[in-house]
Amino acid sequence: MTLAPQSFVEHALAVSAADDCVVIVRDHTSANLRWANNTLTTNGVMHGVDVTVISFVRTADGVATGSVTGTATDQTGVTALVEAADRAARASGPAEDAAELTRDRVSADWDDAPVPTDIHVYDALAPALGEAFRRASAEQRVLYGFVNHEMTTTYLGSTTGLRLRHVQPTGHYGCTGKPADLSTSAWVGGATRDFTDVDPLAFDAELTRRLGWARRSIDLPAGRYDTILPPSAVADLMIDAYWYAGARVAHEGQSVYSNRAGGTRVGERIAAPGVSLFSDPAYAPIQSAPFATAAQSSNESSVFDNGLPLERTDWIRDGELTALIQTRHSAAMTGLPVTPAIDNLVLEVDGAAGDIDTLVAGTDRGLLLTCLWYIREVDPQSLLLTGLTRDGVYLVEGGEITGVVNNFRFNDSPVDLLRRFSHASATVPSFSREWGDDYFSRTATPALRVPDFNMSSVSQAQ
Amino acid sequence: MGARELDPTFTALPYRSLGDAALARAADLGASHADFRFERVRYQELVARDGTLQGASDTEDLGFAVRVVHGGAWGFAAGVVLTTEEAVRVAESAVAVARVAAGMTSSPVELAPEPVHDDVTWVSAYDVDPFEVPTAEKAALLVGWTDRLRTGAAVDHASAHLLQVHENKYYADLAGTRTTQQRIRLHPGFEAMGAGADTFDSMASIAPPAGRGWEYLTGGAHSWDWDAELDEVPELLAEKLKAPSVEAGSYDLVIHPSNLWLTIHESIGHATELDRALGYEANYAGTSFATIDKLGSLQYGSPVMNVTGDRTVEHGLATIGYDDEGVATQSWDIVKDGVFAGYQLDRAMGHLHPELNDGRSNGCAYADSSGHIPIQRMANVSLQPAAGGPSTEELIGRVERGLYVVGDKSWSIDMQRFNFQFTGQRFYRITDGQLSGQVRDAAYQATTTDFWGSMEAVGGPETWVLGGAFNCGKAQPGQVAAVSHGCPTALFRDVRILNTLTEAGN
Repeated sequence: MTLAPQSFVEHALAVSAADDCVVIVRDHTSANLRWANNTLTTNGVMHGVDVTVISFVRTADGVATGSVTGTATDQTGVTALVEAADRAARASGPAEDAAELTRDRVSADWDDAPVPTDIHVYDALAPALGEAFRRASAEQRVLYGFVNHEMTTTYLGSTTGLRLRHVQPTGHYGCTGKPADLSTSAWVGGATRDFTDVDPLAFDAELTRRLGWARRSIDLPAGRYDTILPPSAVADLMIDAYWYAGARVAHEGQSVYSNRAGGTRVGERIAAPGVSLFSDPAYAPIQSAPFATAAQSSNESSVFDNGLPLERTDWIRDGELTALIQTRHSAAMTGLPVTPAIDNLVLEVDGAAGDIDTLVAGTDRGLLLTCLWYIREVDPQSLLLTGLTRDGVYLVEGGEITGVVNNFRFNDSPVDLLRRFSHASATVPSFSREWGDDYFSRTATPALRVPDFNMSSVSQAQ
Repeated sequence: MGARELDPTFTALPYRSLGDAALARAADLGASHADFRFERVRYQELVARDGTLQGASDTEDLGFAVRVVHGGAWGFAAGVVLTTEEAVRVAESAVAVARVAAGMTSSPVELAPEPVHDDVTWVSAYDVDPFEVPTAEKAALLVGWTDRLRTGAAVDHASAHLLQVHENKYYADLAGTRTTQQRIRLHPGFEAMGAGADTFDSMASIAPPAGRGWEYLTGGAHSWDWDAELDEVPELLAEKLKAPSVEAGSYDLVIHPSNLWLTIHESIGHATELDRALGYEANYAGTSFATIDKLGSLQYGSPVMNVTGDRTVEHGLATIGYDDEGVATQSWDIVKDGVFAGYQLDRAMGHLHPELNDGRSNGCAYADSSGHIPIQRMANVSLQPAAGGPSTEELIGRVERGLYVVGDKSWSIDMQRFNFQFTGQRFYRITDGQLSGQVRDAAYQATTTDFWGSMEAVGGPETWVLGGAFNCGKAQPGQVAAVSHGCPTALFRDVRILNTLTEAGN
C-alpha cells in the first residue's frame, strides 16, 4: 500500500499551527545482497517513509524552531509529528541562524510518485554472481562482497511555497578476492546508479588479474614512497578534505582552512596550480539534489536554508581556496558567499590525461595502492589523517607492476597532497572504499602520483 | 532504581498481532525458521555552541522485519505500515528473497538451538527517562556548560551535546520465544577550544556514554561529576596550548580507562568477533588475526590480561536480556591469563562451531533498527582489574620515563586488527615516577599482540571505569551499535610514540 508523499506534505502544512513550517518527506527503498566464502550470507529489501516537520515560531526575541522526524504511514501520524514539532518550537529559544525562508520554488515533477527499487534490480546480476562463485571455487579463489541499490525520493514543501522533489539513485558494488590460503587480498568496486553496468564475471576476472600480481611478494619497510593513489584512494582523501571545510569552524580558528591571524584562508593558494575541487549537482553521472535540505541546524547546515538552490561551487579553483561550506548564518559571520554543502565532489587537474596505467608506465620505482581504510583525523591543524592501505599494495618497477608489497599505515594530509603530487590522470567517476558505502558515494577523481607519501609503519594485515 | 516499566505507548502498538500473522504466513510458505522483530527507537539530539542551542532534533524509527530460513537460505524483509496485511506481505517478501538467495547459497543455513523464552520482559537500569525531561531544561544545561567553559581565559569557543536513545523491541519466533524489552542510553559531552601563538587545540570531556537515565547529568550518586570536570577543563586546555611538542620514541605508558577502552574495542572487541574470523566482513570491516585455529593457544597478551565478553553488566551499552535471535544474554572469557579463550557468536555460528559454547550462541546477534538484519555484533568486552591491584598513582610511580594518557581522540586500526594508532585528550610526561606536565602532538602506535604483551600491570578495582561508544560501525548495509568497555588503568612498557607534527612533515 502506498500513500502519496505529497499528501503528507500538504496535510502537515495545513495542520501546522506555527508561523511557518517546512516538511521533508523521504520515501526510500533499498535492496542488497551480501556474500562471503563464495556463498550468499545476508540480503534484504527495505522500504521506509521518513517525515521531518520543522516548525518556525516568531517571538519577541526572534524565531524559534522545532524539528521532529518519524516514520509516518498515515495522516494521523503526520499530525502527531506536526504537533510535536510545534510544541518543540514553542519550548525553544530564538535561533541564532534565523533567516527568511526560501520562497515559491516548485519542481516540474512535484506530482510524480516516488521511484522505488526492489530485489529485481539484481535479476541479471544474481545468476552471474552464482556463476562467479562456482568459477572462483573451482579455481581456488574466495570472493567476499556486497551490492546495494537505494532509491530515495525527497519531497520538500513549505508554507512559503516550496514544492521541491528529487529522485536520488545510489548504488555500489564491491568485491574482495583472496586465494584459498588467504595469503593476500585484492579488491574491486565502484558506484552505479542502476546496476546495468555491473558484471560479476568481469569483476571476478579483474580480481584474478590482481591476485596474479601477488605471485611475487616483497616486504618493504616504512618510509616515504613514490606512490600512485588510484581514484578510489583519492576519493577517500578528498572527502575528508571536503567534510572538514566548514566555514564557521575555519573562521573560528579550528581547521586547516583557518588563517592563524584570524578568519579563513579563502583567497590563499593552498594547492598546486591547475587543481580544482568542486561540487556540482548536475555533474554526470554523479548528479545530486539541486536544493538544500536540513533536518537540524549545525555548524554546516541550517533549517532556515531548506530549499536553497544548489549549483556548481568551486571549493578550490586553480589551486586557490575559493569557498567553504556555508549556511547563510556562517556566510554572514565570515563575509563570504552562501555556498551550502552539495552531495557530490569532483577533483580535476588541468591538462591531466591518461589513467592509472599511464601513471604506472611513467614510474621507475614506486607503489600502486588499491584503496585506503580506517581513515581518521589525527591533527586538525594540518588535517593530518591516518589510515591503512588495504587489499593490494603493488610494487612498480620500470613502469610495470612486478609484485605485491605488505600493507602500511599512512600519516598524511589530503590538503598537503594537493600541493605535493607530481602527476595526475584524467578525472573519472570513482568510489571511496572508506566512505562510499554509507556516507558519500558520488565522487569523480583522478589518480594522483605523490613522490613522498608517508608510510608511517608496516601493517601485517593480508 | 526507579519505576522501570515498559513504556505504555509502546505496549499499545499492535506488535503481537502483526507478529502472529507474519510468523503464520512464513510457516505456511514452508520456512524452517522465522522470526519477527518490531522496534521503536526514539532519538533526541541537542547541540549547543557558545551560549546558544545550535541544533535540536527528535527522531523516531518505527517498523518491523521478518527474517526466514527457507530452502536453506536467509530471507529478510522490512516494513513500516502497521497492519496485519502488511505483516503478511512482508513475510511473503522475506520468503521471496530467500528463494532468490537460494541460487547463490552454497552452504545451507542452520541455527544453534536456544531454549524457548515464552513471553519474557526486560528493562534496563535507569531512574529517569530522559524523554520525560522537558527539552528546554536539557538545552539550558548544555548552554550553561558552554557559558561556563568560556569563562576560562584560554577558551575561545565551547560546544556541548547530548544524544539520548529510548529503545523498545519485541521479538517472536516460530519456536515460541517472545521477548519485549526496553533500554535507555545517553551520550553527553562537551569540548573547549582555544588558540596559542601559532597553534590551536581542544580539550573534551572524558565522561563515558552510559546505559543510564537523566540522573547521569544532575549530580548525585548516579551522575558523572560534571562540576568538577567543567572547572578543570579550561585550565587543562591552557596548559595543553603551552605544552612542548613530544619527542618521538619509545616510552612506557600508563593509560587511563578513558583512553584504554577504545584500544580494547578496536584490538580485542572487533578481533574476537567470530564473523570476522570466518571472513563474513572481509569486504568491509575486515577479518581478524585471531583465527579459530589459534583459540586456546594464541598468547594475546601478558599473563595479567583477563578479558571478558558480556551482555549483562549493569549500565552497559550492549547490555540487554535477549538478543535479536531470542538468545538469553551471557558472560564468558575472551582472554584468560593472557591466552585467547573465546569468541562472540550468533546462532548460525554457534551451530557451525559447537565446540565454542556447547553448541549454543552466546547472544551476540543484533541489528540497529527494524530495517536492518541482525548480524554478529559486539558484546561489552572488558579488561578485568587485579584484585588488590595498584592505584593509578602507584602505576605512574613505577615509570622512570613515560607518558600518562587520558581521554580518547583519534583512532585507527587495520583490516586484520594488527596495527593501530591512537591519540588522546592529554598526554602527561612521567619523570621518575611523577607527572611533569603535558606534552602535545603525541600518538601511540603498536601491533595488537605486542602491545598487550607489553602490559606489565593492571590497576585495582578502584581504577576500573566502564567506558564505551555510541558509534561502532559494521556490516553492509552499515549498522551502528552502542557498546561498553570496562577497564582499569594499566601499565605498558616500551610503546612507540609518534610526533604528529613530524608525521605531517612539518
